[in-house]
Amino acid sequence: MKIVIVGSGRVGAVLAEAYDAAGHKVVVLDLSTRAFDRLPAEFHGDAVRGDGTDEDTLRRAGAGDADVFLALTEGDNRNIMAAQLAAEKLGIKKVVAKINDPVRAAAYAELGIATMCRTTIQADAISEFLGLPALGLPGVIAPTGSHHGKEGHAPLKSAIEAGTAGREA
Amino acid sequence: MFVLVIGGGKVGYYLAKELIESGHEVVVMEKDRARADQIADEIGSIVVAHDGCEGKYLGEAGCARAAIVAAVTGDDEDNLVICQMAKHHFDVPRTIARVNNPKNEDLFRHLGVDEIISPTRMILGAIEQDIPVNELLHLAALGEGELEIIEAHLQSGSPAIGKAAGELTMPEGCSLFAVVRDGIATALRPDMALKVGDKVIAIGPSDCQAHLHEQLIGGRQEPSPAGI
Repeated sequence: MKIVIVGSGRVGAVLAEAYDAAGHKVVVLDLSTRAFDRLPAEFHGDAVRGDGTDEDTLRRAGAGDADVFLALTEGDNRNIMAAQLAAEKLGIKKVVAKINDPVRAAAYAELGIATMCRTTIQADAISEFLGLPALGLPGVIAPTGSHHGKEGHAPLKSAIEAGTAGREA
Repeated sequence: MFVLVIGGGKVGYYLAKELIESGHEVVVMEKDRARADQIADEIGSIVVAHDGCEGKYLGEAGCARAAIVAAVTGDDEDNLVICQMAKHHFDVPRTIARVNNPKNEDLFRHLGVDEIISPTRMILGAIEQDIPVNELLHLAALGEGELEIIEAHLQSGSPAIGKAAGELTMPEGCSLFAVVRDGIATALRPDMALKVGDKVIAIGPSDCQAHLHEQLIGGRQEPSPAGI
């Protein structure tokens, strides 16, 4: 598989290393070349300095024919934009965005992007460790709609209002 | 009309001010508290000091009854998310986004933003209007600058159209050596007839420009402020 990772932070670098070691073709993008220090010396993939929210940069980095796109920068909105660019403009089938605001995470899942919310994942992990009930907020949400869904963008509203779309992971 | 302005920078500030003066109801959202206080001091208590990207605060600012949401922060990704939240969560009839990277215009439109304003594109347009298209383009200076590589983009008014390259008289030390046609560069042969749209590449001393201009562009060279 060809996997593009935007954001060479801790999560991005760990996944890049693991997928590369497993034999996948990995491309990592980050605005800062220093972030690539997190990659191991034996990393075989491409490390590209550039803006993952810029279509030209993504295409130059070879994202045009990627199978998987992971938006893992520290900015929710940057991840949202990069992910929508990947799904809508580059036509990448599997797109995951890290969105730490639970409301936005639920909302964008309904627009066709798998979202992952560190806030609720951590909160639930802590609750579980303490033996307390989980909060029941969405952590990892598989895409439940798309920009081209039957009702267009309408489903987004229901997700936000519910705030507690079903957990899938 | 109730207009919700997100982003209290220069654009948001003056926008709010103008809208109020023309009698509209305005709320400004600015996440930086110091900046929000400053705006409130100057134009009144119409400022919500919270992040407009958060659905919760958008709601508190009255997004649901806004006729227009204008996302004018300095970050394209924030403006996109604000407009999408406004449009799809609050059913705002009209969303306007400021876009800094002109390449994002397409994406924003595709993702449902109603109106896209690109200051970069506007300034670019104004500049391009002022650049004469039928001038020589200086690609590079060689050596100590006594030699230059110059490109001439042949327009329909050029006296070189239809002539073979060998028919053009070139001054001493100046030669035409390549032509770019339909994106493909080829060596310029003396029997090659020149066409509209060709980019002819010449090399020669800096003082041969007037001659090149006359032969390839036509007319007199206009004085250039850059001294080229």
